[in-house]
Amino acid sequence: MDLVTPGVGLIFWTALTFVVVLVILRRFAWKPILGALDEREKTIADSLAAAEKAKEEMAALNAQNQKLLQEAIAEREKILREAKAVADRFVNEAKEKAIEESNRIIASAQEAIRNEKQAAMTEVRNQVANLSLTIAEKLLKNELSNKNAQIELAKSFMNEIKAN
Amino acid sequence: MKTYTQKFLFSFFLLLLSLWAVSPLAKAEGGHGDSEKFNPKDMIMHHVMDSYEWHILDYKDANGEEHPVSIPLPVILFTDGSLDIFMSSAFHHGKEQVIKGTNVYRMDEHGHIKEANGKKIIDLSITKNVASMLISAIILIWVFTSVAKAYVKQAGQAPKGAQNFFEMIIVFIRDEVVIPNIGEKHYKKYLPYLLTLFFFIWTNNLLGLVPGGANTSGNIAFTMTLALITFLVTNISGNKEYWGHIFWTPGVPKLLMIILAPIEFIGIFTKPFALMIRLFANITGGHIIILSLVSFAFIFKSITVGFAASAGVVVMMFLELFVAALQSYIFTLLTSLFIGMAIAEHEHEHAEHH
Repeated sequence: MDLVTPGVGLIFWTALTFVVVLVILRRFAWKPILGALDEREKTIADSLAAAEKAKEEMAALNAQNQKLLQEAIAEREKILREAKAVADRFVNEAKEKAIEESNRIIASAQEAIRNEKQAAMTEVRNQVANLSLTIAEKLLKNELSNKNAQIELAKSFMNEIKAN
Repeated sequence: MKTYTQKFLFSFFLLLLSLWAVSPLAKAEGGHGDSEKFNPKDMIMHHVMDSYEWHILDYKDANGEEHPVSIPLPVILFTDGSLDIFMSSAFHHGKEQVIKGTNVYRMDEHGHIKEANGKKIIDLSITKNVASMLISAIILIWVFTSVAKAYVKQAGQAPKGAQNFFEMIIVFIRDEVVIPNIGEKHYKKYLPYLLTLFFFIWTNNLLGLVPGGANTSGNIAFTMTLALITFLVTNISGNKEYWGHIFWTPGVPKLLMIILAPIEFIGIFTKPFALMIRLFANITGGHIIILSLVSFAFIFKSITVGFAASAGVVVMMFLELFVAALQSYIFTLLTSLFIGMAIAEHEHEHAEHH
């Protein structure tokens, strides 16, 4: 029957056409298409891997940042503490110096007062002596007539003064 | 863009369907316009078989004489070492003989070219089927080089339009058909062949559904050639284990080998033979069903039956569109499977020790 009898011509042309189409498509269609598909799939896989890696790096960086921050905070506290200690020391030193200085000033003032007092006492004594001498001189002038009595009197004054 | 493509495809298929319904009617009417009884078998065979001219329609002139209208195709004949090339129109639709040198060619009642003196002819004519196949080759090369250009032009970008559509199919063939059967290791070597095979069969199936188209992929010579290529690719790729399995199946008693080896040997041929018959029968069968449905209208000479038959034709056309893709898929799938079996690297050593 014709229907199931293969014709030589069609076999020849089918083989030739198929092989020619195969050769042309293989070179000019499948190669670039499959290459582009492979490339795209590779790019997608690479991008996903890169994103994953970036995520990990980000996490690592975050952790590192956190650590740095903690360190910075600790450092700041340490510096503040030290600064406070230094300041305290300065203040204390200053206070001590001030106290010392004031003590010294007070001491020297007392010294000066004592000296002044001594001088004033001496002055007073001198004044008293002078006054006594003036009084004695006046008394002497008055009592010159009564020499003995005058001497007695002078003696008694002197004793009194000594007693003071 | 996508909806535009879809609309276009939809209208294209509608056009196909309507033309399909009309085209055989025109032919059938022409065929039984005179007092002759309408012969559905002749009409169907005429549509399913190959021919030297691309028949379009017949018309009757004022005298009631019938004139076929067809595109002439080149006839190429090797007869006794001489090459004769002429257009098929020289036969005047089989009414006249063609004389080339000492060779006299006539067309017999079945449409075959015979040499008057009984000389042996090697017929390499560009018949209707060959012409249709060449058109499919041009379409394939045009479509896929354009798609390839799109990849080069917009490298690294998302595919669009036709590129997207074909990428879907290419990736499907690669990931669902070829890789599972052949394996990651060797598939790249066979992928171009299998992709070409799939699209070659599919395109010819679809061209066969075009009204007035040729039944190329439903011709046994076409399916035989493709099955033969599968046979060659499979057996040339076959490794030691493949041949070992056929002639000395591991783990089988020696006495059984006497029966088993011939069966396995025959199996080499039955696999591609099944491929050949499956594609041929499915495509030709589909065409015959559609043409038979159309014939009902002329057998019963009734408009009602005509409408019913047309509805049936529409349903069958959709089924055939599906079958066109399905059969090319099955052919490709089985070819991948056979290649996969031929190059598989089993580990029989373990099994044999049991």
